[in-house]
Amino acid sequence: MFPESLRFSVAKSVNQGIRWLLQTHGSAFDSFSSGILGLLLWVQGRLVSVPWWGYIVIVAVMAWIATRKIVPTLVLAFLPFFIGMFGLWGLAMETLALVITSVVIALAIGIPFGILMAEANLFADIIKPILDAMQTMPSFVYLIPAMMLFGLGKVPAVIATLIYALPPVMRLTCLGLQQVPKPVQEAARAYGATRWQLLKEVRIPLAMPSILAGVNQTTMMALAMVVIASMIGARGLGQEVLMAINRIDVGRGFEAGISIVIMGIVIDRITQGLAKRWDPNRR
Amino acid sequence: MTENIIEVSELWKVYSKKDINFNVEDEDMIESLDVSGDSVVAVRNVSFSVKPGEVFIVMGLSGSGKSTLIRCLLRLVDISWGSVRINGQEITAMNKRELTEFRRHQAAMVFQHYGLLPHKTVIENVAFGLKLRGVPKKERRERAAETLKIVGLEKWDNYYPASLSGGMRQRVGIARALVADTPLLLMDEPFSGLDPLIRREMQEELVRIQEELHKTIFFVTHDLDEAMRLGDRMAVMKNGEIVQIGKPPEVFANPADDYVARFVQDKREEIRKTDEQMAALATQPEKAVNNDVS
Ligand SMILES: Nc1ncnc2c1ncn2[C@@H]1O[C@H](COP(=O)(O)OP(=O)(O)OP(=O)(O)O)[C@@H](O)[C@H]1O
Ligand SMILES: [Mg+2]
Repeated sequence: MFPESLRFSVAKSVNQGIRWLLQTHGSAFDSFSSGILGLLLWVQGRLVSVPWWGYIVIVAVMAWIATRKIVPTLVLAFLPFFIGMFGLWGLAMETLALVITSVVIALAIGIPFGILMAEANLFADIIKPILDAMQTMPSFVYLIPAMMLFGLGKVPAVIATLIYALPPVMRLTCLGLQQVPKPVQEAARAYGATRWQLLKEVRIPLAMPSILAGVNQTTMMALAMVVIASMIGARGLGQEVLMAINRIDVGRGFEAGISIVIMGIVIDRITQGLAKRWDPNRR
Repeated sequence: MTENIIEVSELWKVYSKKDINFNVEDEDMIESLDVSGDSVVAVRNVSFSVKPGEVFIVMGLSGSGKSTLIRCLLRLVDISWGSVRINGQEITAMNKRELTEFRRHQAAMVFQHYGLLPHKTVIENVAFGLKLRGVPKKERRERAAETLKIVGLEKWDNYYPASLSGGMRQRVGIARALVADTPLLLMDEPFSGLDPLIRREMQEELVRIQEELHKTIFFVTHDLDEAMRLGDRMAVMKNGEIVQIGKPPEVFANPADDYVARFVQDKREEIRKTDEQMAALATQPEKAVNNDVS
């Protein structure tokens, strides 16, 4: 057994810290919170203004651009139809709004930070353990403080989703930049490329497949987390799952689950296909 | 204006996994670097100078430090010791901005392994140096297209390097260096991947460009023929050191040591054989007709 005399608990100080944050910086969290909520509502407003068949068309077009094959395009375009048939269309839109908002913020933070990590080793050394923590910490652990700081509802859901979904795009951006072949970079330097030119003309374009793989992973993880986040009142498809569990209504849970799977498949195939189209190493 | 365009003195380059504070006076250190598996002394106390308009050849076995030496001239690797002056400017003392300017306007390099950008088309690759300098798109496209004609790739302008053969890629690399129009050309085995016919053509083209535009060319090659044909002077490297410098025929006639002698021996054999064959042909004229094809 670990000696009793060496016991030391941080639980109390963490609790105190959160309380202190709430008391002293509560208003800052509030305004931050309303900013995110504004963005979220704006996205949701755009999404619901499109009629249901509009999504079928959008998915069909994007699936065609991404895959250039008829059968996958038709299948992908037809899948969202099921969500509507289950009567879950509205909830799916709320989930989609949460995913899009979280992913946009995650990319806006993750790609620049990933670039910084590749450029500055010290920065990478500091950030990497933080990313490890973000990925391995059980999500319920930060769902609760997120709720305490940002109130119930969608904003803490976005924050928790960010914590969960941010690491892959950051890591893969950094990895992609580091894997750009040295001889190619050397040739660019030999012709007088500045650090910025090297990044813009050579490293980012060549890292693009890896960055887009990160975007894909981040999106998928955001979808998974948004469902969990309905536990703190984020609504959407997750709420339906939660309700079904509470009532032991297996059938209803199944419908909601299938709808989430459908969203996952459609988003995954489209982002992956687009990533492949973008690959600069045309062979 | 100094008389020499390239002036290298007491140049050392050590590749090392560890941070080292290299000092030429510290002989124990150099010895320990030589035996250590963590470091390679790739260029060892090299001094030479090149006059404007000269074609200076560097030869040597694989791993003798030729590519490293040419990299030092553009400071693409950190120089461990010594001085490199190009056009009177000490490049080891340049700051980042000066170095960028120098690379953009003073010297253009052809890489042994091409170093093309896989995400850019052939013509974008050729125009790349001009783009970095801020030449407007239309002008750089025109200049790149013209240079592509010189290397015979004008029809391939919109292909990506991946769909080109090795020799074609090498020619894209050559075009990229030519279009930069710098006084100094640094060429690391530029013709090694080409077939004999195109190789000969490119050599002639290089001579023409050199005579017309008075470029100074620093040229690394494995091929003694090429050295003899193109070079005004040549240096032979061994283990990072220059073991002999002179006009190619001199080096050929008076090798400084066994190493150089072995280097030129193949060539001598070849010449001796052709002489014998010629003699044989002279005595048997009718047989010569049958063997014409070979
Ligand atoms: N980036 C590097 N890191 C460590 N060692 C290197 C590096 N580049 C070259 N070397 C070493 O330096 C020595 C000289 O290499 P260099 O490439 O200059 O030879 P070379 O004369 O150009 O050979 P080749 O004719 O095969 O092109 C070799 O022993 C090589 O292993
Ligand atoms: Mg080499």
